Amino acid sequence: MTEAWIPWIVVLIAAAVTYFSRGLGVLAGGRIDPSGPLFEWVSCVAYALLAGLVSRMILLPQGPLADAPLAVRLAGVAVALVAFYASGRNLLAGIGAGLVCLALLTILV
Amino acid sequence: MSAERPGGRLRTGLAGVREAFGAPGLILAASFLGFGSLVRESDLSVWVGLATTVLVWALPGQVVMVETYAVGASLLVVAAAVALTNARLLPMTVTLLPWLRRPGTPAWKLYLAGHFVAVTAWANSMRIVPTLPEHQRLVWFFSFAATLWLMSIAGTAVGFFLAGAVPQPVTLALVFLNPVYFLLLLIGDLTQRPRTVALVAGAVLGPVFHLIDPDWGLLLTGLVAGTVGFAAGRGRPGTAATARVEPADD
Repeated sequence: MTEAWIPWIVVLIAAAVTYFSRGLGVLAGGRIDPSGPLFEWVSCVAYALLAGLVSRMILLPQGPLADAPLAVRLAGVAVALVAFYASGRNLLAGIGAGLVCLALLTILV
Repeated sequence: MSAERPGGRLRTGLAGVREAFGAPGLILAASFLGFGSLVRESDLSVWVGLATTVLVWALPGQVVMVETYAVGASLLVVAAAVALTNARLLPMTVTLLPWLRRPGTPAWKLYLAGHFVAVTAWANSMRIVPTLPEHQRLVWFFSFAATLWLMSIAGTAVGFFLAGAVPQPVTLALVFLNPVYFLLLLIGDLTQRPRTVALVAGAVLGPVFHLIDPDWGLLLTGLVAGTVGFAAGRGRPGTAATARVEPADD
């Protein structure tokens, strides 16, 4: 995938499949039950896919994050989790602490 | 919300804009910094990154798109992975749209509103829209969600250029932003057994399947771990009835 137009095809396909869900939701209006088993399955698949991606991005990163040692990445995650819970589940505190930890350890290690 | 007078569309619109600049909007904009950086570090152009935020505007699907593309997955796999990640937008749209629809609302406005259904916009709109008078709801939603959308576009551009301008450790931190953000959102929302099982299974299978087959790994992780989680919740009375629609993960 080196040709310049391929990313544009990818974006257009991503946009189309994404709007498909939204458009279908508008079309369906209140006529379908969003708490039914099909949507519960869809939701589980989305959770699993995202969890799999997060786990892979941290453990087996592509690109620049691979330059940070695994121990540094895991320390960043641990600090983010501690800060998140210590601050009463404040997202900004958790993310900020994790990122600062990663950047500092990258400089030090 | 301030009290609205007849003809106060501007006032309603400004209230939506103001709401967008609250904490959820700022977190959203920050998370798009991470997306912009990821785009640059994946050797994609700023225009591709901006077009993704403009046209897709659902962060988990966008990150899935860039990551599956970056590992060289086929178009079919990218499409399926993005579609499954973003299929959660369907039930979200179904629950929000009845609040925006009035007799006589042109269909095109509703289909346009559909594009602005994404988790942050949806979660806050579900909280606020029902408290507004009917005639203000669509105007408020458009101004609120479109402001979030513009903030996301700006965040993408800033993140892209930051990644090239700051020292390498800061670039690393920016690229680290999205996995950490998603991780905290996912574990902060672990209340139901099926989703908890899906999440743990996905976290374990994700790297394993990636090592076996980088092309299909992520998609198979979602399908296998998601189905395992779903099956773990079947036959347990009350699961479906208490299932919440919102997946608070972007």
